[in-house]
Amino acid sequence: MLDCEDELLALAGRVRIAHFLEASSAVQPGPYDVTLVEGSITTAADAERIRRIRAESRVLVAIGACATAGGIQALRNFGDVAEFASVVYARPDYIETLATSTAVADHVAIDFELRGCPIDRRQLLEVLTAFLAGRKPDLPDTSVCTECKRRGLTCVMVAEGTPCLGPVTQAGCGALCPAYRRGCFGCFGPMAKPNVAALIPRLREAGMSEGEVDRVFLTFNAATKGWSS
Amino acid sequence: MEGEGALHVTVRDGVVERADLQIYEPPRFFEALLRGRGYTEPPDITARICGICPVAYQTSACNAIEDACGIQVGGAIRELRRLLYCGEWISSHALHIYLLHAPDFLGYPDVIALATDHRDIVERGLLLKKAGNAILELVGGRAIHPINVRVGGFYSAPGRARLDRLAEQLRPALDAAIATVHWVAGFDFPDLELEHELLAVHDPARYAIESGTSVRRSAGPNFAVDAFSNHVVEEHVPHSTALHAGLDGGRYLTGPLARYTLNHEQLSPLASGLAADAELGEMCRNPFLSIVVRAIETVYAVEEALRLIEEYQPPEPSYVAVPARDGVGHGVSEAPRGLLYHRYGIGSDGLVRSATIVPPTAQNQAAIEDDLRRIVSANLHLDDEALAGLCERTIRNYDPCISCSTHFLDLTVERR
Repeated sequence: MLDCEDELLALAGRVRIAHFLEASSAVQPGPYDVTLVEGSITTAADAERIRRIRAESRVLVAIGACATAGGIQALRNFGDVAEFASVVYARPDYIETLATSTAVADHVAIDFELRGCPIDRRQLLEVLTAFLAGRKPDLPDTSVCTECKRRGLTCVMVAEGTPCLGPVTQAGCGALCPAYRRGCFGCFGPMAKPNVAALIPRLREAGMSEGEVDRVFLTFNAATKGWSS
Repeated sequence: MEGEGALHVTVRDGVVERADLQIYEPPRFFEALLRGRGYTEPPDITARICGICPVAYQTSACNAIEDACGIQVGGAIRELRRLLYCGEWISSHALHIYLLHAPDFLGYPDVIALATDHRDIVERGLLLKKAGNAILELVGGRAIHPINVRVGGFYSAPGRARLDRLAEQLRPALDAAIATVHWVAGFDFPDLELEHELLAVHDPARYAIESGTSVRRSAGPNFAVDAFSNHVVEEHVPHSTALHAGLDGGRYLTGPLARYTLNHEQLSPLASGLAADAELGEMCRNPFLSIVVRAIETVYAVEEALRLIEEYQPPEPSYVAVPARDGVGHGVSEAPRGLLYHRYGIGSDGLVRSATIVPPTAQNQAAIEDDLRRIVSANLHLDDEALAGLCERTIRNYDPCISCSTHFLDLTVERR
């Protein structure tokens, strides 16, 4: 939100920001009309707190890959959290954490989610504008490929043999990586009904080893359903 | 579900015995989960440690991996890396100054409230921040977690014409940056001088931003980047998730005050002149003045970005090949809030064997705690609410990464 330089003051004229600890020390008590939650659930206290937040919020929006998919830190879900703690901390016994990092929706019902690591600020403004206008937000559920075509970009996979997750990744970023001649690495997570099985042989043809194929799916949205198999 | 902070103070007979700053940001285990990843992946993965300074993580990671593989990146690619980093400095410093820190000095709870009385000033800050973001978006592809950075350079390099348009946006930002220095220099600063040792990256050729040849300290000789972990050791204290680092066993500070004090002779004539106008002198050890140093560094970064654009020749190709080899590499850069060190062990199979990341927050935490102890000791006459507000300001002198939580610092004062 703090990156919406052109819209921040206009937005502040339409909504009252009640609880935003990074940016304000003025905290208003709930209930709240709209709550934007970022971050994943990794401690018992987080799990308790998100239930309180849900109870106080009319509309709850999970924003970012941590809140919608557990984030990069969900890689612990495939490992041993005690071993992870022993690698990072001199005194792992001081660390209190859950064995998993999970999405907000795994704990409470949510109304909308904004994908991405990071989210796209135009999508954030769309959700808030829609709320103010009393309509449903218009968020895409197609693949990054559709945005790439709309921009008139040359396909990096077809033309240059660059491995790209665009065909299975949800749109929303504006096809940023292909515009920079880089393959999409999936930071918006899986689109609705992605055909991963069809893409994997193409990734291998483009030169990705088996380990690389596994790792590219196991990144910022590792714990989300849709890519997991 | 972001991190939170708490300060527990114990007072006995009117004297502060302990002041424990607790940071209970849940552990994310980056150093553990990097093991077994491809050696080209840390720039993208570690960027996610911070949404305000992702370029710093990408740059220190690239520096360390290139070092491990025995490759030096120079010429136009290195200059483009410095331009990208200038974008982050401008954007992050403008955010820190206008959106997080200045409201403290002027008695407002936040920037929105500040804008109701001083809209033109806030608009100037937003213009400056947007200019920094414009660099990040053009060179990096995105302002938060740029996608165009890779080990060895960039996926693609922008053409001359697009940079010329960027320069047009930066020229008014230079005026805004100069006006920012005059504005913040007029704030009312509490008297405070800290004796902590100072630590910053040093480059003999210019004010160190995206890399350096050594690490400079205020009370000892420079040391080589690869000797970092001989001097800086992280310890774990029971009351905090974030690790505490010590410099040869002592408290120290990294960040704007350290950079200014150790490297100020390398600032541009314009930035040096503004520092003189703001009466900063040869040293700056008052943490409340960090907002002035940030403003001066913003001027430097805008000027430097304009210079880099003027001299820019698109690198062709936009990256150098960095083949994997068995080795250990060290990388530093100056994140807006201080020195950021990365070390990677890489196997001949191209997989990361080990990763160590020492962020500025961990390095400054003991100094912040000491600072809080002094502030609380000197202000025990205040009620707990006023004292909590003063402590929050003290933390924001250093770090919005902690101040994610410190607009609601949970202060408990145990008076015995």
